[in-house]
Amino acid sequence: MSKEDNILVTKYGDQIQVILDRYPDDQKRSAVMPLLFLAQREGLQITDVIMDEIANILGVSTTQVASIVGFYTLYYLQSGGRNRIQICTDLPCALRGSDDFANQVCDTLGVKIGETTEDSEFTVEAVMCLAACDKAPVFQIHNSEGISYFENQTISDVQSLIDQLVKVPEILEEDDK
Amino acid sequence: MTEYLLLRHRNQGEENIADLDTYLALGGFEAYKNIVTTMTPESVVEIIKASGLRGRGGAGFPTGLKWSFLSNRFPRYVVANSDESEPGTFKDREILEHNPFQFLEGLMICAYAAQSEVAYNYCRGEFWELTHKLEEKVHQLNDYGFLGTQIFNTDYSLQVYHHLGAGAYICGEESALLESIEGKLGQPRLKPPFPADRGLYQSPTVVNNTETLTNVPLIMSRGPDWYKSIGTEKSCGPKIMCLSGHAKHPGNYETELGITFRELIYDLAGGIKGDRNLKAIMPSGASAPILPANDEVLDTPLTYEDVPNIGSQLGSASIILLDDTVDISWAVNKTMKFFKHESCGKCTPCREGTYWMSHLLGRINSNVAETKDIKLLEEVANQVTGKCLCPLGDFSTSAVVSGLELFREDFDFHLSNGNQSIQDVNI
Repeated sequence: MSKEDNILVTKYGDQIQVILDRYPDDQKRSAVMPLLFLAQREGLQITDVIMDEIANILGVSTTQVASIVGFYTLYYLQSGGRNRIQICTDLPCALRGSDDFANQVCDTLGVKIGETTEDSEFTVEAVMCLAACDKAPVFQIHNSEGISYFENQTISDVQSLIDQLVKVPEILEEDDK
Repeated sequence: MTEYLLLRHRNQGEENIADLDTYLALGGFEAYKNIVTTMTPESVVEIIKASGLRGRGGAGFPTGLKWSFLSNRFPRYVVANSDESEPGTFKDREILEHNPFQFLEGLMICAYAAQSEVAYNYCRGEFWELTHKLEEKVHQLNDYGFLGTQIFNTDYSLQVYHHLGAGAYICGEESALLESIEGKLGQPRLKPPFPADRGLYQSPTVVNNTETLTNVPLIMSRGPDWYKSIGTEKSCGPKIMCLSGHAKHPGNYETELGITFRELIYDLAGGIKGDRNLKAIMPSGASAPILPANDEVLDTPLTYEDVPNIGSQLGSASIILLDDTVDISWAVNKTMKFFKHESCGKCTPCREGTYWMSHLLGRINSNVAETKDIKLLEEVANQVTGKCLCPLGDFSTSAVVSGLELFREDFDFHLSNGNQSIQDVNI
């Protein structure tokens, strides 16, 4: 394997071992989900190269890794915004106004549900129950740092969160383009 | 019941029991230590059996009995089901945040009783931050000698690990959850064999819900007779009721099993938002038949035996309230979108049925449906019910069948009133 095929092992060797140690020696395949989460720290997307590497680490086929990526909703084959704003619009939240709230978030960012802002900072998604129904409107932010909950939200809360999350513009890079 | 036994036991005051030293100072892990140093695994199982504890994840299966079914092979595994994903359910998350050590103590006692040396806590992927906190707590328990090898200088060894899901409701079904830990698609297995015989890695396995396990240290420290004195004869113990939707004060209410819907909704939760009238109750999230909010229903005790008598299920007690502004066909459409999204695709009636029911409900809600669409919806629901590998298929039809039976006018409204807009439900 060439060096670019060892992205995870090179950067996260120790953590990969900690993950593998959680499961029996002959059941390495169990580590596929934690390894995919680890991979998404490198940008919230699972690439073919990463799937090949995980398959190699675990001794399974790339198809088996790809099937997991396809089945579970928190792994992404398509690139999206750097922050995915995932708003619960399931029944209990909808009874407390989450559909309107989701539309307001979309208006604030100038996108529709499922779309990404032009600066690639945010994707707005409507998701299923987040187990926070008593604190609607609620959403989670999924980015390469992980997943955080935001509960009892108002649109002004969202506005200030967006301001916090937007990358400080890297002036030279941006202006030169 | 004035004491909180699950949400903040040992914390009737202001103490932070998510801190290990505080939990220990208040008597935490004494039951575990006593069990590991002085009791046999079999005697622990007998005590849990005698307590009458039933599974809190929804099925209500007797917990001690489940533990006693384990096949006589080793290794064995114990798995906590913290994949809480049923719409309207948010109790396990509060336990894990505010009373994590009582849950972990329960998991560890369960592992000892099952003679298992490895336990996993399967948390839904969205509980990312929470799970990282729990992993820290497990490290602390290792440092304190409650986990690891030769615990309390005995021969017993135990490790607890966390496994994060990644957004799949179906992994709350125990065999799908085990598949997921094995690194496979979260699709339910054909049963039998049951997990007690062929579970994780084909080994005997106990899978218990988070809230169920949080009851275990209480029973072991205060005895099964004390536990049985709470609740009703067939539904013992405390229960966390998750109240959502149009409640004036939504949230988790810990009560004895056996309080009525009326007491929960009106006495504890302050009634309905905006003092409107209650139209319907979904007592078990999206998965059980909708109930009309009449006196018979409101005066029914929340127990495993009483709720089925009025045509629904207690489930995990995730109670969604719908006030008189709600169009039930809209609510049913919401639940079907959920099931369509969450169907694992393994069996045809569920995969295709949820798709077509969602399509038909979408037509109804868009005011383009005809009477024959409602008939077709009923037919599809009947073709799904009872024909799937796991309960998800049946769950998906509960709201459809009961909604059409009890609130048919809300569906017909969209046929007869073509383009008129329905009442705004998002008040």
